[in-house]
Amino acid sequence: MHQFSIHPMFGTDGWEVAGYHIPFTNSALWMIIAAVGLLIFMIGGMKRELVPGRWQMAVESMTGFVDSMLAANIGPNGKKYVPYIFSLFMFILFANVLGLMPLALFGLHPFTFTSHFSATGVLAIMSFSIVLIVGFWKHKLHFFSLFVPHGTPLPMIPLIFVIELVSFLVRPFSLGLRLFVAMMAGHVLLEVLSGFVISGVNAGLGIGPVVSVLSFILMIAICALEILVAAIQAYVFALLTSLYLNDAENLH
Amino acid sequence: MPQIAQLGETYASQIFWILLIFGFVFFVVGRGMVPKVLDTVSLRDRQIADDLAAAAKAREQADAEEESWRTRENANRAQAQEIISGAKAAASRSTEAQLAEANSRLDALVGEAEARIDTARAGALGEIEQVAAEAADDIVQRLAGVKVDQAAAQAAVKEALNG
Repeated sequence: MHQFSIHPMFGTDGWEVAGYHIPFTNSALWMIIAAVGLLIFMIGGMKRELVPGRWQMAVESMTGFVDSMLAANIGPNGKKYVPYIFSLFMFILFANVLGLMPLALFGLHPFTFTSHFSATGVLAIMSFSIVLIVGFWKHKLHFFSLFVPHGTPLPMIPLIFVIELVSFLVRPFSLGLRLFVAMMAGHVLLEVLSGFVISGVNAGLGIGPVVSVLSFILMIAICALEILVAAIQAYVFALLTSLYLNDAENLH
Repeated sequence: MPQIAQLGETYASQIFWILLIFGFVFFVVGRGMVPKVLDTVSLRDRQIADDLAAAAKAREQADAEEESWRTRENANRAQAQEIISGAKAAASRSTEAQLAEANSRLDALVGEAEARIDTARAGALGEIEQVAAEAADDIVQRLAGVKVDQAAAQAAVKEALNG
C-alpha cells in the first residue's frame, strides 16, 4: 500500500493557503508529469500540415475520437464540450498509463493520482457541476422534468421522481469512485501477485517455484489487462460525462 | 488504505493541485490546441471534398465537350459526303456533255469528209470520162484518120463506161 501514500516533496510541507495545507506532493508531481506529457503529445500534432505525419495523425485521431463521441452522444450541440471532454479524457489516460510504467527500474516511483478519490472526486464533481450549470442555464426549472421520464403514469410520478433524483445525485460518486476503484484494484492486484512471486521464490524448492512461475505468467497477462483498463476507464469517464451532458443539453 | 488514512491531511493539497493542473490542461490543451487541430482536420476534409467536386465537374465538362465534338464531327462528315456526292454528280454531268459534244463534232467531221470523198469521186469520174473521150478521139484519129465529133465521143465513152 506504500505506492498509494502521498508525501510532500521538495520541503514544501509548510505550504498553506488560507489555513489549508497544500504541500507539493508526489501526487501533484505526477499530475504535472501527466500534463506535461499531454502537452508534448499535443505539440507534436500542432504542425498543422495538410498531409499529416504519424504524430500529427495520432493527435488528430484522438481529437477526432472525442469529437465523434460527442457528436454521436449529444449531436451538433456537443461541439462546444470537445475541449473539456478531450482534456478530461487525455489527462486521465496519461495519468493511468504513466502510473503503470515500470519506472521503478530506473529508481523512480510512479504514482497514479487517479487511484485517489480525492483527485477523481474533483474531476467527477467538476463534470457534475457542468451538467447542473448547463441544465439549469438552458432549461431553467424545466430541468427537473429530467426526473420524470416520458409516459410515466400520474400516480407513479412522485415515486419515479425520487428514484430518478437519487440516481442523478449518485452520478458524481459513481463517476469518481469507478475510476478510483478500477485503478486501485489493478495496482493492488499486481502488487499481490508480485508478492506471490517473491514469496514463492523465498519458499525454496517444492511448490514455491510453481507458484512463482504461475503468478508471474498471470502478472504478465494482468499487466496487459491493466493497460487496457487504463484506457477504458479514461474512456468511460469521458463517455459518461458526455452522456450526462446530453441529458442537460437535450432534455428528453 | 492511504486514500482514507491520509485524507484529512492531503485532501486540500489534492484538490488544490488537481484544480490548478487540470485547469492548465483545460485552458492550454483543451481551449488552446484542440480547436486548432480540429480546424486543421476540417480544413483538410473540406479541401478533399472541394477537390473531388472539382474533379467531378471537370469530368462532366469533358463529357459534354466530347458530346458536342461528336455531333459537330458527325455534321461535318455528313456535309463532306454531300459535297463529294454533289461533285461526283457534277463531274459525271460535265463528262456526259463533253462526250456528247465530241460525238457531234466527230459526226460533223465524218459527214464533211464523206461529202468531200463523194465530190472527189464524182470529180475523178468526170475527169476519167473526159480523158477517155479524148483518148478515144485520139485513137480513132490515128487509126482511122477520122475526125470524131467531141460530143459523139463522149457519149460513146459514157456508154462504154456505164455499160
